[in-house]
Amino acid sequence: MAKVKGDIVIDIEKCKGCELCIAACPQGTLEKSKHVNQKGYLYIVKVEDNCTGCANCALVCPDAVITVYRQTSKAKQQVAKISNVTGDLTVTVKE
Amino acid sequence: MSEKKMLDDQHYEEMIQEESICINDNIVYEAPKSALYDTPMHYCPGCGHGVVHRLLAEVIEEMGILNDVIGVAPVGCSVLAYNYLNIDMSEAAHGRASAVATGIKRVLPEKLVFSYQGDGDLAAIGTGETIHTCNRGENILIIFINNGIYGMTGGQMAPTTLPDMKSTTSPFGRDVITMGAPLKMTDLVAQLPGTYYVTRQSVHKPTNVRKMKKAIQKSFEYQKQNKGTCFIEVVSNCPSNWKMTPVESNKWLEDNMLPYYPLGDLKTPDGK
Repeated sequence: MAKVKGDIVIDIEKCKGCELCIAACPQGTLEKSKHVNQKGYLYIVKVEDNCTGCANCALVCPDAVITVYRQTSKAKQQVAKISNVTGDLTVTVKE
Repeated sequence: MSEKKMLDDQHYEEMIQEESICINDNIVYEAPKSALYDTPMHYCPGCGHGVVHRLLAEVIEEMGILNDVIGVAPVGCSVLAYNYLNIDMSEAAHGRASAVATGIKRVLPEKLVFSYQGDGDLAAIGTGETIHTCNRGENILIIFINNGIYGMTGGQMAPTTLPDMKSTTSPFGRDVITMGAPLKMTDLVAQLPGTYYVTRQSVHKPTNVRKMKKAIQKSFEYQKQNKGTCFIEVVSNCPSNWKMTPVESNKWLEDNMLPYYPLGDLKTPDGK
């Protein structure tokens, strides 16, 4: 079975650390952070690299802080790679 | 401070050095942008209100009815819903949301009107309004958040509190002999001829969230066709007043609330 690659982005300043996403994640990708955000909540972070982009975490999130991405076959051909972090962004197109 | 910042920077650099798939083409799911304001909600961590707000916003965006929807929020935790939903909203007195929604719908029949009420509001002080609105078959959608307790005022006993459930006004558990049995409002209004679509949903699991979204979608479709009152009960949690963590409260909801308030459609157009 081909492995589906997904990713999530969490808006940590809006996160209240309710852990419902941790309970809903079938892969065990998420964990609680050791830092607090401005509101004083221990926010949620992604710790494992096994996200499949199933969006279960985003569906149960009461504060709508999670954006889910999943690599599509079309996007596989054109992977935008950011090679230089300091200045210029170079985009390489893979076949 | 500086050490934390350095660690954060390092982590960030590591993150973007990898091939990022976080591009707009790959988005599977994102929060609704136009119907939901980008502000943190005042609800407690893990509260089901946030999920229902988000689902409402999603449906409103997907159906393209942002300028045609009017919401009515009464007193309760949902009183500040207008801070989060970017639609026209009106406040109502405690329990009178369905009466106010009736008025709005009759004056502006082309608009889609919904009321968003809690259990202390809809099932206690607003029982009369709710039953008569459903009996008249007003073309509105009533969303009823049932968490078995008065959440905003500090966890007092509501009509929907389960037998033997402890609250601040029933510290030894609800005694059904003196306090009555929990009121099943959804079963009650399903018997009335005016209602068209009556269902009970929950938002504690991803599958239930998807079903809830479909229920809201259907209700707005029926309202467009002037079919009658649509009534959605959402069995929800109240981690703060149940004195549990959000995850525990969802487990408790599944073990205790759902046997008494079974999920599913109680009245559908095809009579099933």
